[in-house]
Amino acid sequence: MGLGIRALRATRSSALGRIYSTSPIYHRILSPSSPSFFRWIVTTPELQKPDAAAEPAPQPPPPPTPVGGARVQITKPEDAIEVFVDGFPVKIPKGMTVLQACEVAGVDIPRFCYHSRLSIAGNCRMCLVEVEKSPKPVASCAMPALPGMKIKTDTPLAKKAREGVMEFLLMNHPLDCPICDQGGECDLQDQSMAFGSDRGRFTEMKRSVVDKNLGPLVKTVMTRCIQCTRCVRFASEIAGVQDLGMLGRGSGEEIGTYVERLMTSELSGNVIDICPVGALTSKPFAFKARNWELKGTETIDVTDAVGSNIRIDSRGPEVMRVLPCLNEDINEEWISDKTRFCYDGLKRQRLSDPMIRGSDGQFRAVTWRDALAVVAEAAHNTKPEEIVGIVGQLSDAESMMALKDFLNRMGSNNVWAEGNGVNPQADLRSNFLLNTTISGFGKADLFLLVGSQPRVEAPMVNARIRKTIRATQAKVAYIGPATDFNYDHQHLGTGAQTLIEIAEGRHPFCSSLLSAKNPVVILGAGVFERMDKDTIISAVETIAKYGKVMRPEWKGLNVLLLNAAQAASLDLGLVPEANSSIETAKFLYLMGADDVNLDKVPGDAFVVYQGHHGDKSVYRANIILPASAFSEKEGIYENTEGCAQSTSPAVPTVGDARDDWKIIRALSEVAGVYLPYDNLEAIRCRIRVVAPNLLQMDEKEAPTVSAALKPEFTGKISKSAFGTTVENFYMTDAITRASKIMAQCSATLSKRK
Amino acid sequence: MFSPAVGRLSRRLLEIRQLFAPSQVKSLSSRSFSTALNYHIDSPDNNPDIPWDFTDANKERIKEILSHYPSNYKQSAVIPLLDLAQQQQGGWLTVSAMNAVAKVVEVAPIRVYEVATFYSMFNRTKVGKYHLLVCGTTPCMIRGSREIEDALLKHLGVKRNEVTKDGIFSVGEMECMGCCVNAPMITVADYSKGSEGYTYNYYEDVTPKRVIEIVEMLRKGEAPSVGTQNPQRIKSGPEGGNTTLHGEPKPPPCRDLDAC
Repeated sequence: MGLGIRALRATRSSALGRIYSTSPIYHRILSPSSPSFFRWIVTTPELQKPDAAAEPAPQPPPPPTPVGGARVQITKPEDAIEVFVDGFPVKIPKGMTVLQACEVAGVDIPRFCYHSRLSIAGNCRMCLVEVEKSPKPVASCAMPALPGMKIKTDTPLAKKAREGVMEFLLMNHPLDCPICDQGGECDLQDQSMAFGSDRGRFTEMKRSVVDKNLGPLVKTVMTRCIQCTRCVRFASEIAGVQDLGMLGRGSGEEIGTYVERLMTSELSGNVIDICPVGALTSKPFAFKARNWELKGTETIDVTDAVGSNIRIDSRGPEVMRVLPCLNEDINEEWISDKTRFCYDGLKRQRLSDPMIRGSDGQFRAVTWRDALAVVAEAAHNTKPEEIVGIVGQLSDAESMMALKDFLNRMGSNNVWAEGNGVNPQADLRSNFLLNTTISGFGKADLFLLVGSQPRVEAPMVNARIRKTIRATQAKVAYIGPATDFNYDHQHLGTGAQTLIEIAEGRHPFCSSLLSAKNPVVILGAGVFERMDKDTIISAVETIAKYGKVMRPEWKGLNVLLLNAAQAASLDLGLVPEANSSIETAKFLYLMGADDVNLDKVPGDAFVVYQGHHGDKSVYRANIILPASAFSEKEGIYENTEGCAQSTSPAVPTVGDARDDWKIIRALSEVAGVYLPYDNLEAIRCRIRVVAPNLLQMDEKEAPTVSAALKPEFTGKISKSAFGTTVENFYMTDAITRASKIMAQCSATLSKRK
Repeated sequence: MFSPAVGRLSRRLLEIRQLFAPSQVKSLSSRSFSTALNYHIDSPDNNPDIPWDFTDANKERIKEILSHYPSNYKQSAVIPLLDLAQQQQGGWLTVSAMNAVAKVVEVAPIRVYEVATFYSMFNRTKVGKYHLLVCGTTPCMIRGSREIEDALLKHLGVKRNEVTKDGIFSVGEMECMGCCVNAPMITVADYSKGSEGYTYNYYEDVTPKRVIEIVEMLRKGEAPSVGTQNPQRIKSGPEGGNTTLHGEPKPPPCRDLDAC
């Protein structure tokens, strides 16, 4: 920018000046009234303030509204102070910064380095404001507001300061906005339009910085970096990986890892969002689309049981990228790398047509009518007790309800969801939910993780635990196989033996449990698959009773589920009969169930696979019914806290695929056991009968504590250690297993862990 | 009709281009204070797999250094420890040495890399046994530091931040060392005797001729006298003896109450 404008000004001042003065002909031709030849920006004070003359007495402006819904909670009235922002009095709690005070007053201060969830750096200087009686403009993000402070954000001094800072920031910033992926959603671009000057004075060469390799997810163009250090602070504070740093000094300063190192964090994708410029962008999304071409659909993530709020950006029928949506109670404003980058799995390995396996073992596409007729006939030819239905990880509540209703009408109650193990305890909701809630972790001072590795099972829960630890120095104890934590923890043991010791009060950890005020016990859902799970759950409950973990005001006993469908399946009662198993099944209905071990299915069993991906179970299926993925349908998912949320369709379905519950509804009619719901509202009415909490969107129905009702288990306990539930964080379900990006991640990143 | 105007315009544009051209070259060459890049490239003599540890004698010194700081702020000792590691290593810091420091102060290695790259007196490439640093800040520059550097570079046959073939000398530039009254000056960091015999001496009031003499004396193992090299001066006093303060200074008149 600097060079071009300098050149333009030089030509303008001398060459054209001479042309004007030498010849009247040139003067006429090149006069400013002929716009086609030369145009430049003319600065006239009248144009800058068009209202100044027309409106001599300014109207009193409307009362300020806080920026972005900024909330002020003044807990103690004596701690409130009053400051004046542009003349308006604002009441804020003591300890707020000037920038936060301005936000409460409804004045948005430009900023690059300040981020509300990161520590304050104060190094970009963009947030300079004028404070009365202060000799210089102050960096509002780092300055605590003092009582009676008179803050001025709109004065010539503040404007000039911002303009100057902007000019410095743009000095070394390349002019590659047209080829930059951040273009259109770039803080620097926006703020230079709003607060910058129309010209710069920099005529030197811009610097260039070598790009760093941070792995397959984050693309770096370090020349664009403005050294705000948001990524460094994010990595060390939130992600808990001390890899990034600020190297060098002065104009040679650069962000980097010094030694060649990939960013091995499950939250690394978030640095793309917090980077205010195009220095860190998404590698899979590079040069794919412009952000203004994309249609955003706010929906729910289904790759783990947390139900992170996301926005799917799509162009036509294609999902282009996934971004986080703010939800303070669940994922704040972060999402895991799996959530963010698994979207290319939605385009690969998709099932688009109903298919039947012929006698030669090959699949052959058929019409829906034929496919459903074959399934209905096979179901009718099977004894009701030999009909089994299994629901997969990614199923929504509607389809689970429909499948259970359908199989019940066929005379079978052998329907369950994968991952829940044998005899899941679905009677008491508090036995399978994260009772403390994710945001409730903030009050905890001791965590006991039993057979759970939240870093890979639920990265957002792990981020919240880490946040609590940073804020309150809470302690973490862990029972399970040695694993990678990104915070300090005490490894008590590997198996159930340690758990029994604690339950019997023989373990040294008991003293810290008893002294903790708000202890949290998290049981990993991986133990559901163990044969001795009832005893383990009993032991955990004994610990909970003994450590006063469950109290009326503090519910500290939690189960961390693994799959998006798990909580809703237990709420809807998709639990197997005591003696049911797939070993005796003659008709097996798999609704997106890919993680079931199908080796024990009898060879003559008829297997229906209904799902959206040609994954593991398709190899055994006799018939395939294509269904829509979570990005293509509206469906209710209940997260591990018991919070029901609904997805929204972002893109059309692939090929001839249909929504899961519609397929079962159609099948029921062909099979002659008509299910009485024809639309989403009707099936939700049916859900309301079974589990009304699933229709209370975005609300957590608190489970009633009644652990006393439960029978005691004193069965045998296995000596074997707890297993690692999630072997490969990047590939856990049909969508992520089909994703190329996830495959790259597991090849490069998991290996190093 | 347009041709004279267009011709003049294009000539003017050419002038502007020429105006910019030399400044580009200058700005590139003027930035060479640091001895290395701000990122690491593995090489046979500098990679994280080379084992490195402090010597037993230095481990005692580490204890002494750490005792200066509160035990929960061990990371405060990072600069003295990097300095110690640099002396032990012979004037420069390998990645392994920085990792060893990180282990002692119990921080992530990147936090040590940040410090080591920030300070230009931590060398991250090999230097000679005698690392000669020429002050390039304004007072020394006015008094002829460029000629001194040129003389050194020409005498040793190296470029800036390059080590002589025998590994004995290297020449670098640094910022003001506070010797402006005796400008120009050079500093000799002597890494030839390890961290025990490490010295960091100033040679002030040097001339192009004198620096070469100093270099040759160092090569022979002699110890040239430190401080000012001008025989007419004592420390930072004026040449040829005092020009003022010859007698007992007169007391200020307001204090001489009898004189009032």
